[in-house]
Amino acid sequence: MDWLILQFLNGLDKGGAYALIALGLTLVFGTLGVVNFAHGALFMIGAFCAVVFSRLVRLETVTVDPERLSPWGTPLEVRTPMVEVWLGDFGTFLVQYSVPLSILLAIPVMLLIGWVMERGLIRHFYKRTHAEQILVTFGLAIVLQEIIKAFFGANAIPVYAPEAFSSSLNLSETLGIGTSVFYPWWRLIYLASALLIIGLVIAFLQFTTYGMVIRAGMEDRQTVGFLGINIQKRFTVVFGIAAVVAGVAGVLYAPIVSPNYHLGMDFLVLSFVVVVVGGMGSIPGAVFAGFLLGIVESFASMAAVTRVLPAIDQVILYVVAIIVLLTLPRGLMGRKGVMEG
Amino acid sequence: MNFRSVDRRRFLKTTAIAGAGLAMPTIFTSASRAQEFCNAPTGSSVVFGFSVPLSGPYADEGADQLRGYELAVQHINGEGDGGMLNTFKGSVLKGNGILGKKVEFVSGDSQALADAGRATSNRMIERDGAIMVTGSVSSAEAIAVQSLCSDKGIIYMAGLTHSNDTTGKDKRRNGFRHFFNAYMSGQALAPVIVDAYGSDRRAYHITADYNWGWSQEESIVEATERLGWETAERVLTPLGTSDYSQWLTPVANSGADVLVLNHYGNDMANALTQAVQFGLRDRQANGKNFEIVVPMFSDLNAQAAGEAVEGILGTANWMWKLEDEGTQAFVRSFGQAYGQPPSQSAHTGYVQALLYANACEMAGTFNPEGVVEVLEDFEFDGLGDGPTLYRGGDHQCFKQVLVVKGNDDPADRFDIQNVHQVVDAEQVTYEPDKWGGELGPVRSQC
Repeated sequence: MDWLILQFLNGLDKGGAYALIALGLTLVFGTLGVVNFAHGALFMIGAFCAVVFSRLVRLETVTVDPERLSPWGTPLEVRTPMVEVWLGDFGTFLVQYSVPLSILLAIPVMLLIGWVMERGLIRHFYKRTHAEQILVTFGLAIVLQEIIKAFFGANAIPVYAPEAFSSSLNLSETLGIGTSVFYPWWRLIYLASALLIIGLVIAFLQFTTYGMVIRAGMEDRQTVGFLGINIQKRFTVVFGIAAVVAGVAGVLYAPIVSPNYHLGMDFLVLSFVVVVVGGMGSIPGAVFAGFLLGIVESFASMAAVTRVLPAIDQVILYVVAIIVLLTLPRGLMGRKGVMEG
Repeated sequence: MNFRSVDRRRFLKTTAIAGAGLAMPTIFTSASRAQEFCNAPTGSSVVFGFSVPLSGPYADEGADQLRGYELAVQHINGEGDGGMLNTFKGSVLKGNGILGKKVEFVSGDSQALADAGRATSNRMIERDGAIMVTGSVSSAEAIAVQSLCSDKGIIYMAGLTHSNDTTGKDKRRNGFRHFFNAYMSGQALAPVIVDAYGSDRRAYHITADYNWGWSQEESIVEATERLGWETAERVLTPLGTSDYSQWLTPVANSGADVLVLNHYGNDMANALTQAVQFGLRDRQANGKNFEIVVPMFSDLNAQAAGEAVEGILGTANWMWKLEDEGTQAFVRSFGQAYGQPPSQSAHTGYVQALLYANACEMAGTFNPEGVVEVLEDFEFDGLGDGPTLYRGGDHQCFKQVLVVKGNDDPADRFDIQNVHQVVDAEQVTYEPDKWGGELGPVRSQC
């Protein structure tokens, strides 16, 4: 029973990551009609916001101690953490909680990057074919990841969750499920945060006037335009929201997988599959497909399964995508008319 | 000109003379002159080709290996403090290049991929005239480049490659490996972990799905099973995976009490960090503490794994904390040049460049036939690994192997591991034909 709970939890946890990225992808597609292959890069930049903030609060002053030598015979460098020395306990708190606090840095940074991307490049491709959009956004993703590589190197950079959440939670003891079910605290927080962010985005679109206009624009942008509403401006805001969602997802993911310049690409293709399975432009579809594929992938990775079907864990998402598209060509919750010429 | 008056015979005669005239300059170029051997140097310098991954999952290891090569070139040319040239016993190098020729180098990004490695090495051989190619961080690229160099009549001095196949079934007469291999890791590590964790253990293997991973898994399974361990499960994961959670969650309920991570580079850092996050090290299984083992430690990437490496046992080819005079000389040179201690990747690159240079000097020629003759069964010391034999039967170096342990109380960011035990070469030695394969003839013609 424990294995079932663990694999299911793991599926939800992976699904949360897929759903968060797919949510932004489908939001941009549904509003602007752009297939944004640079969306994974936004996730990666978000993770690097956590790296930057962690480094900032861990800045050190370097002094040289002439009486002690390094192993290679030069005077030893003595490093003193500045923030902790200056701010005492508050400094220690900043260091400890640098990942959740870096969301405060990520939001404006991602808004700015999203705005620059949309205004500076992507808007020029609204009326181009999807193939051209994919080419230009994929190129942009490569440029962004090479910039990150130039600044931070190719190696993964560890970012730590607050110490209080770096261990595992005994779910059997806490919730009485299974006999010995442990799951990392931070992954549970990630899952909860993913659900919260998805809920907030859906609530914004569903229950605010601004969101209602955006939804109306997604259905029929021309009629909304006739009402004197600058729908293009609102869609630009949607692009910013999608960038922020991807960025915050990246920040929260940083303690799970040490960020490296390639992180976005690792998720991009999978998230695109999620969007296709969920139905292009469908927000509930993306969320549902994200969690569904996460769970399917998790169970397919079990040794008992791979013994019978070797390497099925590496292709299962694509197998599901093929089956769904053969039976439901618009995806699970796709809308009529989207990408149908 | 009236073309009607040109008959066939005159046309052929004219074009033959014109063609010969146009081709005349190429007859006198070095490329067309019959060479004694491929890329035989004619000027006052000789070119080394460094094929290392500067992108991909092993990029940092590749960059550090390149630093090692650059330092070796400086020392061979008589620049800097000489590093391990001062401690290299068995060397005839004089610090004035090789056979009076200054060493220059070209480098290329192999991306740790077989195809990219072959492409960049081919370019260095054909375009840049490299007399020798060296470097690798993945066994897939090392085996591919070794095969290419053999076909091209060039010596290949392998970099960091740990698969048994490099000097096993895929060995070549033109290829030489200084780095240790997966079998050696298994033989060195198994007695230590059995001693530390007991002989009644069940191991769960999570392995990188490519040549090196299979080789590493096979070696450690064989070595531990011989000492009483059982193997609960063997699971393959794609190279370059970032999230290992779906493969880690089944471990806890598998009946295993040891997790063996057959991963390297970024993959090792991610898999190990996540295994610790899943609380595996805090658990009990079969009435024993659950343990994690990383048979092949990546010292550079251990930094990325951070606190997760504490107390983890694994093996290494070499480590900068060794106290022999060769290691100290190398650490001093490298530290002063780059402000950090060298990794085992940098060390093996540096040593391979020196060994090749010395072999040429001893042979009195760059001809691969002479170089191979010197390197086969060459014995040396003072390069950080104790007395070492370059065995002629398979071109594998036999020397001590280090069992290392993650540091519980690191003093700084470089203080990641300690030497736990130095295992003698005898304990890790095997027959040259253990994995089959043939060295074949030495090749020296392009």
